[in-house]
Amino acid sequence: MKIVMAIIKPFKLEEVRDALTSLGVHGLTVTEVKGYGRQKGHTEIYRGAEYAVSFLPKLKIEVAVASDLVGKVIDAITAAAKTGQIGDGKIFVFPIEQAVRIRTGERDNDAL
Amino acid sequence: MTTSKSIQSVLGGAALAALAGTVAYAADAPVPNKGDTAWMLISTALVLMMSVPGLALFYGGLVRTKNMLSVLAQVFAIVSIVAILWVAYGYSLAFTNGAGLNDFVGGFSKAFLIGVTPDATAATFSNGVYIPELVYMAFQMTFACITPALIIGSIVERVKFSALIVFIVLWVTVIYFPIAHMVWYWGGPDAIGNAAAAVAAATDDAAKATAQAALDAVNADAGLVYKWGALDFAGGTVVHINAGIAGMVGALIIGKRTGYGKELMAPHSLTMTMIGASLLWVGWFGFNAGSNLEANGTTALAFVNTFVATAAAALSWLFVEWLAKGKPSLLGLVSGAVAGLVAITPASGYAGPMGSIVLGLLAGGVCFFFCSTVKNAFGYDDSLDVFGVHCVGGILGALGTGILVSKGLGGVGLVDYSVTPGTAVEAPYDMVAQLIIQAKAVGLTLAWSGIGSAILYKLVDLVIGLRVPVEQEREGLDIASHGERAYNN
Repeated sequence: MKIVMAIIKPFKLEEVRDALTSLGVHGLTVTEVKGYGRQKGHTEIYRGAEYAVSFLPKLKIEVAVASDLVGKVIDAITAAAKTGQIGDGKIFVFPIEQAVRIRTGERDNDAL
Repeated sequence: MTTSKSIQSVLGGAALAALAGTVAYAADAPVPNKGDTAWMLISTALVLMMSVPGLALFYGGLVRTKNMLSVLAQVFAIVSIVAILWVAYGYSLAFTNGAGLNDFVGGFSKAFLIGVTPDATAATFSNGVYIPELVYMAFQMTFACITPALIIGSIVERVKFSALIVFIVLWVTVIYFPIAHMVWYWGGPDAIGNAAAAVAAATDDAAKATAQAALDAVNADAGLVYKWGALDFAGGTVVHINAGIAGMVGALIIGKRTGYGKELMAPHSLTMTMIGASLLWVGWFGFNAGSNLEANGTTALAFVNTFVATAAAALSWLFVEWLAKGKPSLLGLVSGAVAGLVAITPASGYAGPMGSIVLGLLAGGVCFFFCSTVKNAFGYDDSLDVFGVHCVGGILGALGTGILVSKGLGGVGLVDYSVTPGTAVEAPYDMVAQLIIQAKAVGLTLAWSGIGSAILYKLVDLVIGLRVPVEQEREGLDIASHGERAYNN
């Protein structure tokens, strides 16, 4: 089992969700985050006071999947979230030690 | 303003005179016109709307989320406090004879509104036209309420609420009420006209000398700046320069906000700021057009000037900022609009519409320059640009009034009430002389308010402390000072 965590552009969320759903991934956690990578921020000017805004709004999505699905999930997110512009985001994969579905007590792959 | 005897007693006198077969004094009985009265009541409510919610939202949107409620609370509290002070003694200090100190401040003869009954009337700028004195008192009250509220823009996000309240009570008492008296207190057209008529009617030298002395006394019974001949239609000196310099002095004494220049201090809701600025524009029709004290052509002139000068200034700031900074911003548009409203305030009943547009165009550019370049160069934290907009715009407007009143530039010219008693006729006008008078009025206001405010800030700082502790400033004044949050979720 793996957690696939991706930082994506906010307006790409629906496309990513559609792509994951068509893979049979039914479950996704989304968090609004701010951060920066290679994409530079922007400047905001209020009555001549300039502020460099280096933390840009992004979405962090997390999906827990069986290990054999990880490759397809990465490909699906990459394809759906890509614009080709700098700032498209990154994908990180973590191992999961245990998974439990709270309602039923099912464990691991059954709980995903 | 003069207060006539009660209408009832005058009417009673007239009835007795009519019974006796003579038609005396009936024409002198000042009966307010219902249209004038209705317009002035509406104007009064419009000016209150400028403070709450207009100014409160305009300022509130410009601060960070954690300080939103503190700004709203400060404006609302100041308006409420000054309203009470105004009826207690403020109106009396501003608009009665102050005997030996009459050049600078009034007395206590109308404290607690003694004599300001529903029958009492107040003079306007037209011979024979009066409004109920209660209406005049209430209209002027809204000006007294908004002026100190303007000051807080310089010291928001760090001022201690209790210190602010004490400061405002002192400030209106020793600065606003006297300046309003100096600029706006006079006898009214009929007092001058009647005294002048008595001079003309005097038959022998002794009677003439007596009547002339009476006329001189009427002319002398006015505030210092009024007697200089300074023109301030709706409060360029009294309201804007006054509050603007007091704000600037406050920003210097209280010091910068913690993190100023290093942390992001972007406005938390320009939506609120736009709503506030728009309410200010609408309310300002009451402020400027209402300042004519009756409903006539000059009122309409002030109304139109308030419309077009504001539009011109909004566009001027927009385009100057677009050129200088690359983008046309909403905040630039609404800041320009407020700068234009400030600048046209003293000129609104004197300039012509085309002159007003020129004044507005100047105000947008000049105030932008002060709020960006000058402020950054000196590094003071006049947080919401009270100085850059209200003081600078006010000075521009005060000086501009001296020029734009010229008939040659589309203005209305100066007025004389004594040459032809009972009629307002044109008085001679000299642009240079008028400009010097306007500059003197500006200088007096800057000195009185600047020095006076500095003393009051220092006093309050010593006794109470002007600032909240740094940790409270970090947490935000909403929670630290008021125990509530603007947006819960």
